[in-house]
Amino acid sequence: MSKNVNQTGSTGNTVGKVGSVQASWDHLGKRGDGPSRNLLEVKDLKVSYGGIEAVRGISFDVPEHEIVTLIGANGAGKSSTLRSIVALEKPAGGSIKFEGNEMIGMGTEQIVKNGITLVPEGRRVFVNLSVYENLRMGAYLRNDDLQSDLDWVYTLFPRLKERSWQAAGTLSGGEQQMLAIARALMSRPKMIMMDEPSLGLAPIIVQEVFEIIHEINKMGMTILLVEQNANMALKAADMGYVMETGRITLSGAGMELAENPVVKEAYLGKSRS
Amino acid sequence: MTKKKDLIFSLILLAAAIVLVAVLDQVLPQTGIVMTVLKKGCIYSLVAVSMNLLNGFTGLFSLGQAGFMLIGGYTYAILTIPVADRASVYQYFDGGIVQFSIPFWAGLICAGLVSALLAWLIGLPVLRLKSDYLAIATLGFAEIMRAFFQWDTLGPLTNGSNMLRKYPSFSTLMFPFIVAAICIALIVLLINSSFGRAFKAIRDDEVAAEAMGINLAHHKRMSFCISSFFAGVGGALLAMYQTTIQAQAFKSNMTYEILLIVVIGGLGSITGSVLATFLFYAASEWWLRFLDSPLMIGNWQVPLLRSGFRKVVFSVVIMAIVLFARKGIMGDREFSLSGLIKLFSRKRKEASANE
Repeated sequence: MSKNVNQTGSTGNTVGKVGSVQASWDHLGKRGDGPSRNLLEVKDLKVSYGGIEAVRGISFDVPEHEIVTLIGANGAGKSSTLRSIVALEKPAGGSIKFEGNEMIGMGTEQIVKNGITLVPEGRRVFVNLSVYENLRMGAYLRNDDLQSDLDWVYTLFPRLKERSWQAAGTLSGGEQQMLAIARALMSRPKMIMMDEPSLGLAPIIVQEVFEIIHEINKMGMTILLVEQNANMALKAADMGYVMETGRITLSGAGMELAENPVVKEAYLGKSRS
Repeated sequence: MTKKKDLIFSLILLAAAIVLVAVLDQVLPQTGIVMTVLKKGCIYSLVAVSMNLLNGFTGLFSLGQAGFMLIGGYTYAILTIPVADRASVYQYFDGGIVQFSIPFWAGLICAGLVSALLAWLIGLPVLRLKSDYLAIATLGFAEIMRAFFQWDTLGPLTNGSNMLRKYPSFSTLMFPFIVAAICIALIVLLINSSFGRAFKAIRDDEVAAEAMGINLAHHKRMSFCISSFFAGVGGALLAMYQTTIQAQAFKSNMTYEILLIVVIGGLGSITGSVLATFLFYAASEWWLRFLDSPLMIGNWQVPLLRSGFRKVVFSVVIMAIVLFARKGIMGDREFSLSGLIKLFSRKRKEASANE
């Protein structure tokens, strides 16, 4: 189903002003509302595919209202980690606690209901459904009124409102990424996980995607971000973890890691000095 | 607003069709060629739409349709043969073991339910498979059903390899038309609901659908059961139309024919499937008939025109369609008033641009 996908065209003025409808999203609370707690706690998580261990016992926490990023090369086990958190992959061992409750053993449906959504790698919008229908699918498990959330998402992404009756496959790559994020927001999550949102996008659009991430985070959303674009991700994140062959090898505050000589050499290009 | 207009337009079309069918029932001979085409068209429209629900809307490539039609047809026949006639129908099996009969409408519903039940059972193992493997498994299931129903040991129930007959059937066009219309309307309602939207989401991207919290196994199974339900009702209608039913006739060819119709009409288009069904049977049973009879012009016999040539031409036409109109007649769009208006306004614009 390949339709005209314009990957390089700028999405223009994608980020809207959200002040007016922010009230509809206040179930999340705000940064600094009280003592920060860990929304997600992953301990000794192991994932393997037919005997090959992709994730070999990693532990990390995601504090509420913060942006945490996992960076690393291809095959480091980042995507497997995200997929196992929403039970798309069955972990071989360890524990995943969300708001203190164990998630391992629950189905994806239950986990999404509990407030975690995944924006999958490579956007994966429903190409033959309209933008509006895509958003409705994001809220598939909800039975309450969607209108206020639709309005809110449309305010956040005015471009999507303009194209709400267009098939998602006709959107440009950047617009599709926006739609994928908007779709995930429609489930009213407490935490949103993004798998390589910058993949295959032109640098100017990557910039926009990160603006959106900031915007959503400012509203109180907790974000777990997986990226190969280490530079952008670390600058955006409160906390960063470096993954290599299924293990976490380094961790620290985002900016701190970005300055770390090892990280610089491995992921950000060798330092010049 | 356009949605409301489209709905009104569809209802007017439907009313016009009902009047037309009523008039045709009075005017045309019931066994004439036009009636044959129209009746078959109604019955196979339903089956084609049910297959489209599975193949076009849920993205499950299944080839079990003939098997479910067979189950539906047999269920209907077995349950509705009048008790008085059972002795003569089951003459080799002491009148069979079913010694009651239910009215035709209950028979139609049971036909669907039994098909759906079997679909549920077979779906448990089979729906774990994907694409071609699913097609092979369902095709195998249909073939097994065909052999199973002819099994002598089951004779008291299925009459073995002998045909079932004397069950209530229909003589007017109105009956299959109304049943098919109701069933197709139900499928349309399903597809436009949020449950149906989940089917389309699964077709477009399984991983994303699963990440949205859609239970893949459950939705696929439901789609499979619902599709089989309507295929079963279609099979029962076919049994009624033929007035006799024999398992031998439900070969895989039947499934391929329906698949062809669905593809020609457009995967993911209900109106496309319906349109294609009528065109298909009109062409194969009526318009291309003349190709089968030798034609003499003076002393010269037109070459190639003889029995069987129709099939050759028909195959070429189908190949041309598949080659040049890959997405079928309708693609994944639907026939509607707003669509028509758009088409005409575009044509007018083009015409004015050319002037």
